[in-house]
Amino acid sequence: MNIDYQQLEKVARNIRVDIVKETFHANSGHPGGSLSAADIMTVLYFHEMNVDPAEPKKYGRDKFVLSKGHASPVLYATLAHRGFFPTEELTGFRRFGSILQGHPDMKKVPGVEMSTGSLGQGFSASVGMAIANKLDKNPGRVYALLGDGELQEGIIWEAAMAAAHYKLDNLVAIVDWNGLQIDGKNEDVITVSPVDEKFKSFGFHVIHVDGHSMKEITEALAEARKQEGKPTMIVAKTLKGKGVSYMEGKAGWHGKAPNEEEAKQAVEELGGEW
Amino acid sequence: MSEKMATRQAYGEVLAELGEKNQNIVVLDADLSKSTMTAVFAGKYPERFFNMGISEQNLYGVAAGIAHSGKTVFASTFAMFAAGRAFEIIRNSIGYTKANVKICATHAGVTVGEDGGSHQSIEDLALMRTIPGMTVISPSDGMSAKLLIQQAAELDGPVYVRLGRAAVPGLYEADSDITIGKGNCVKDGSDYTVIATGIMVNEALIAAETLEKEGISLRVIDIHTIKPIDKDIIIKAAKETKGIVTAEEHSVFGGLGSAVAEVVVQSAPTKIAFVGLQDTFGESGKPAELLAKYGLTASDIIAAVKSL
Repeated sequence: MNIDYQQLEKVARNIRVDIVKETFHANSGHPGGSLSAADIMTVLYFHEMNVDPAEPKKYGRDKFVLSKGHASPVLYATLAHRGFFPTEELTGFRRFGSILQGHPDMKKVPGVEMSTGSLGQGFSASVGMAIANKLDKNPGRVYALLGDGELQEGIIWEAAMAAAHYKLDNLVAIVDWNGLQIDGKNEDVITVSPVDEKFKSFGFHVIHVDGHSMKEITEALAEARKQEGKPTMIVAKTLKGKGVSYMEGKAGWHGKAPNEEEAKQAVEELGGEW
Repeated sequence: MSEKMATRQAYGEVLAELGEKNQNIVVLDADLSKSTMTAVFAGKYPERFFNMGISEQNLYGVAAGIAHSGKTVFASTFAMFAAGRAFEIIRNSIGYTKANVKICATHAGVTVGEDGGSHQSIEDLALMRTIPGMTVISPSDGMSAKLLIQQAAELDGPVYVRLGRAAVPGLYEADSDITIGKGNCVKDGSDYTVIATGIMVNEALIAAETLEKEGISLRVIDIHTIKPIDKDIIIKAAKETKGIVTAEEHSVFGGLGSAVAEVVVQSAPTKIAFVGLQDTFGESGKPAELLAKYGLTASDIIAAVKSL
């Protein structure tokens, strides 16, 4: 299959521009971990997943769960660009009366499969969705995006055990491995590595990728499809704040919005229009 | 009256019946299926039973995911680990998303007995009652447990059902009028009212019989649905009798007593006495010993009536 990586890069840039704008307009939200996940989200929604924005609850669709729910800006921008709702909605992010809550709410936003935000729970729900699809012989696959800091939650490992036990080869988890959490580096807060060996020993097929390489992400997702009897964990090495020079690699941009000057600079760096 | 039976036993039997009629029902447990009685369903429909092992947080997270895939999910463990340990998962993944999950929690209250205070859930009604949209049910006998669980299966949304370990006397028949959200006046009376739930309904009936001999007429109401609570039956009792005693195998903070008081103070102020655990944990012992020590018997209800 010929994949237009340039087109995917273009979509990811547009998503990044909207992440900056969303958090600027809201004057709150989580830009760092949204920017780090933009390429992964682009490949999922514009290449990998079988979804239909005209019929968000279509039987047999693939499902995505943003377990790191605070990265809602990237999910909202991706869904909007994919056509689930108008991009104009994005300026309402985190505002009173908007469908775009601080953390994703499945009851309000078309295309959001699970309300998340309390870390670890999205992954657990995605295991439930994969079990249900197996039970129904529903061909839909389930994708969950996890934060690296989120792996510190106990429920992650409970869910991982269940995913392997029930041989959920229709489940793909991706960890957005940017190495940073609110209080600093994962390794300084509480060590989560080695993630690959942990998930391997829990019974997952583990793949390493550069989380900003469209090609590597695409190929890893294709490899996951070939697994039989095992869930897949894609460990995606990413850069927090990717694409915005002053945010890159800075834990301080985990949950802080850019001011107008900063936002304008970010949009310019990303090649977008203010 | 139907035979003596634990409400968890009734749950196991009715769940297996429901599973036969409704192919959409999926059952989850956390390594306690022989105690919660979901093992009956598991034996008949193993393909629709999933054991999550000793991981109650994941039990309810997975339950939400399966429910949002179009299933009616029954997910069971002990009340302590459901309402207690998994509270925030139930709150966010099930309550906040209105997931169609029936949290049938067994071994509630001090009648767990020998396991001791660490396993005696006396806060679950309070915890579950605070979750917006959560229906909270606390049956008083096996038959009403069956009827209420059948109705819960038909409701679209989260339901918490509190079930007990020990066998309790039967109060209802198969054709009794039991409806979620409606209290049952199990004995009419004109002087005072006891509003009870769970095993305390039977104690209230014993108290009424004793007080009758002393010329005191006691009305006994079984509130098997803690939320939404039957305001009408409570207001009527508050207006028609001289005072109310609430009785529950639960802390006096936040459970039935608080729910009744909330209705009474807003609509028909009257004096209320609260029978329940008075800011204390339980301990190991036989159920009867614990009920006596913690003030959960007919004679405690009688004393409370006389205190009004």
